[in-house]
Amino acid sequence: MRWSNVKYLVLRRVVQLGLLFLYGAGNWWGWKILRGDLSASRLFDTVPLADPFAVLQIFATGAVVGVNVLVGAALIVLFYGLIGGRAFCSWVCPVNLVTDLAAWLRRKLLIDRIERKIWISRNLRYYLIVLALIVSAVSGLAAFEVISPITIFNRNVVFGAAALKGGVVFSFGAGLGLLAAIFFFDLFAVKNGWCGHICPLGGVHSLIGKYSLIRVKHNSDNCTLCMKCKTVCPEVEVLGMIGKRSAFVTRKECTNCGRCVDVCDDDALGFSLRNILESNKGGKA
Amino acid sequence: MADKETKRPITPRRRFLTDLAYTAGLGIMGGLIWAGYTEKAKSSPLTLRPPAALDEPDFLKTCIKCGLCAEACLHRPSNLDRDTLKPRPGTLKMARAQDDVTIGTPFFKPRDVPCYMCDDIPCVTACPTGALDVSKVTNPKTGELDYTMMRMGLAVVDSNSCIAFWGLQCDACYRACPLMDKAIRLEYDKNERTGKHAFLKPVVSMYDCTGCGMCEKACVTEKPAIFVLPREIALGKPGAHYVKGWDKKDQQRVQERVGKDVTTHDERSSQNPMDYLNKGLEY
Repeated sequence: MRWSNVKYLVLRRVVQLGLLFLYGAGNWWGWKILRGDLSASRLFDTVPLADPFAVLQIFATGAVVGVNVLVGAALIVLFYGLIGGRAFCSWVCPVNLVTDLAAWLRRKLLIDRIERKIWISRNLRYYLIVLALIVSAVSGLAAFEVISPITIFNRNVVFGAAALKGGVVFSFGAGLGLLAAIFFFDLFAVKNGWCGHICPLGGVHSLIGKYSLIRVKHNSDNCTLCMKCKTVCPEVEVLGMIGKRSAFVTRKECTNCGRCVDVCDDDALGFSLRNILESNKGGKA
Repeated sequence: MADKETKRPITPRRRFLTDLAYTAGLGIMGGLIWAGYTEKAKSSPLTLRPPAALDEPDFLKTCIKCGLCAEACLHRPSNLDRDTLKPRPGTLKMARAQDDVTIGTPFFKPRDVPCYMCDDIPCVTACPTGALDVSKVTNPKTGELDYTMMRMGLAVVDSNSCIAFWGLQCDACYRACPLMDKAIRLEYDKNERTGKHAFLKPVVSMYDCTGCGMCEKACVTEKPAIFVLPREIALGKPGAHYVKGWDKKDQQRVQERVGKDVTTHDERSSQNPMDYLNKGLEY
């Protein structure tokens, strides 16, 4: 296995686990690099960060929130909106570890090859954003935050673990059941079911990152139509241009995971900064 | 006739309306299940919240579940253990799915770890959303943090299981109380059973008790005989129409209230009291 075939995969896992570790260390040993969790945190004990979707749900309940989280949410929106795109989903979110494992197993077990009858629209997540806000408004509690496997996973690692005499003991508890449910749903029921169809937080990050600069670029002159990229891509529709024309992957659902770049042996895919004017001229991709 | 029905064309309008109904049907079903779960998740009435938390419904709306309060509590620089000079265990826990508390929200169980009431109240100042409201623990006169203003709950004594009420000498809760002689005082009483001993009964003042739970932690009985409950559960409410005739402030309250929001209507309301008070009496 060549380094170029796993480069972004390894980098992503390092970032994902590293962030999880830094959040954990903030609670276990009081490190001040990252404190809090993925809903809201403080970077180096000064910069506030906040999950824009959580803040939106809190707004929907009618509560007034402090300036800190507003600044935090704005910073996150700016970062992903201008630069990262939907990178949260593949580079930060811990549930991605679970769903990627399920997707990998699906390929190994050849489950992908057999056609399934369950079909879920990939737009479901956008409807669920609206539904989450409505339920939040009706019930007076941020609705997705009480079922979100993302923050439940994150919190279970950070707060479910107690630093006991040098070692870190995890007590994962009932949150494990939720992750298992997602794993088996993705493995046996719907390919990329959670991240690619249901998760409303992914929907929010798709919307935020729609016009971001960092994009995957396809060079169809080099493409040999091996279609390895389409096999590994968790949001296959975004690769509609493969082998047809050279273009940026501009659809908002692309998570910038870089797996397609990894598996491509023909140098037909790579990360690049998108020229906004050019991509607009190119029309819908 | 049936033929005509089947040949009726599906117009774009019909398709649009059907799609709309389809979405609404799924949305209503999903929404109701979701809202049902959320409503259930909200109800954790016996939960003790961190200091300066907003009232429970507002707290649940505002808390973003980040855990910065719990981390600030665990790593507080002040309030070290007097014997070992090491930090005491963290008071605040973040609720997990198996805890009977709204998931992800901070709470504490005084019997495990009570609140040590730090001077600098690090948990409250760490809150980014205002779910823990600094103004609730800020002295309005000096503008400084005042831990005696915390109202996390109220200690309640079960006089049946409290051994001090049996006549045994125990003042563990009284001595553990950070606001000794204010929040808990000892009431002396004669022990009629022996005729020569005294009762030293712990009595909690609702005006001073912060709900820190040091008493619950210190209680010597197997299951604590003094325990902290959320104030809205521990406290009753007499209703606005009971007035303390000996209390000037309460009298003032009635004066201001009369004629505004009090309206009593019954069968005799239209009559003059002189007319009905003596009615039906025979001398």
